[in-house]
Amino acid sequence: MTPTRKKRLTLVGLIVLGVSAATVVAITALQDNMMFFVTPSDVYAQTLPADRQIRLGGLVADGTVSRDPDSLAVTFGVTDGAHDVMVSFNGILPDLFREGQGVIAHGFLDDSGTFQAHEVLARHDETYMPPEVMRALEKAGHPTEANMPL
Amino acid sequence: MIWKTIKVNFHRLGSPPTFYRLAQVLSPWLWGGFVLCAAIGLYQALYVVPPDYQQSDSFRILYIHVPSAWQAMAGYVVMAILAVIALVWRIRTVEIMAMAGAPIGAAFTFICLATGSLWGRPMWGTWWAWDARLTSMLVLLFIYLGIMGLYAAFEDRRKGARVACILILVGVVNIPIIHFSVEWWTTLHQGATIRLFSGESTMHESMMPPLVWMTIAVKLMFGAALLDRARNDLLDQDRRKGWVQARLGEAA
Repeated sequence: MTPTRKKRLTLVGLIVLGVSAATVVAITALQDNMMFFVTPSDVYAQTLPADRQIRLGGLVADGTVSRDPDSLAVTFGVTDGAHDVMVSFNGILPDLFREGQGVIAHGFLDDSGTFQAHEVLARHDETYMPPEVMRALEKAGHPTEANMPL
Repeated sequence: MIWKTIKVNFHRLGSPPTFYRLAQVLSPWLWGGFVLCAAIGLYQALYVVPPDYQQSDSFRILYIHVPSAWQAMAGYVVMAILAVIALVWRIRTVEIMAMAGAPIGAAFTFICLATGSLWGRPMWGTWWAWDARLTSMLVLLFIYLGIMGLYAAFEDRRKGARVACILILVGVVNIPIIHFSVEWWTTLHQGATIRLFSGESTMHESMMPPLVWMTIAVKLMFGAALLDRARNDLLDQDRRKGWVQARLGEAA
């Protein structure tokens, strides 16, 4: 390698190194803002200012979904295994919504401790399998999604 | 002895007419391989693999979405390697190759974002969310567009290529961010399903073959389009040079 090329290669290395270092610093500083949602445990751990908009993520707790027969209003518990938060929502739920499903609710915590959501998204997990395999797994008593960690 | 032959042949590729001929010979084979692999992959994806237990048939869009996303990132890595060679050794054909990759990568990034959005609407309940994975992928699209714009902005094509190569290097930092975004932060996008190095893949094996075929298919397509685009750019840049005149005369 000629000296000129060595110099250019060093420069190229320095560019990549410099940009990487700057990005690491920026991302570390923005760590909290990079989170798309917080868990029920996070909500319990800190006192949030009233009416602060947050996204709450977790699994729909088993046996907590109750729908109003005359409207689209629905309430359900969101759990991360350690803590539960009750969510109240008035609107159309995504197709994947059901007990045990991962969901993300966007809204705020009201004075009574109920989470008032104006948007509910389903969070899909990374497991793909045919229905018969799922049934076989359930029969064999394997953990289904509701018991899996987020 | 062998090493020397390889080295000499590698250096010959720096010569535009040699590179042109090689690209011309390789490209139809790559296109052919792409059509074959994509035909097998799409047939299996649409007719052979069973529906998903949860999403039913909607999950089949992943056979386009995932290979495109991988190729958008792999294409960028290829461009970054070419950019380093172009910046250090100043080989013109390599500069042209690095620049030829940007529109293809941008197209794959767009396909990834568009198919993801179409899937997200019924499954998540939204077309778009500003989570780390989706946002970093959108940034990749903008980087690709930036490289294209920068290259086109200079009168002197070689100067434009060198400046755009520096932008490629700057953007490289985004690739690990895209990959690890679902591990470092909470996101709406699900985590990685296919794991090559750590842990087990969480996709049933009956669903795997079309993903493999489609991944190979888009890799071949990227290679074919890269060679074709580089060849066209070379022809355009050298249109007044003797070797192109001789070549066109031969074709006429």
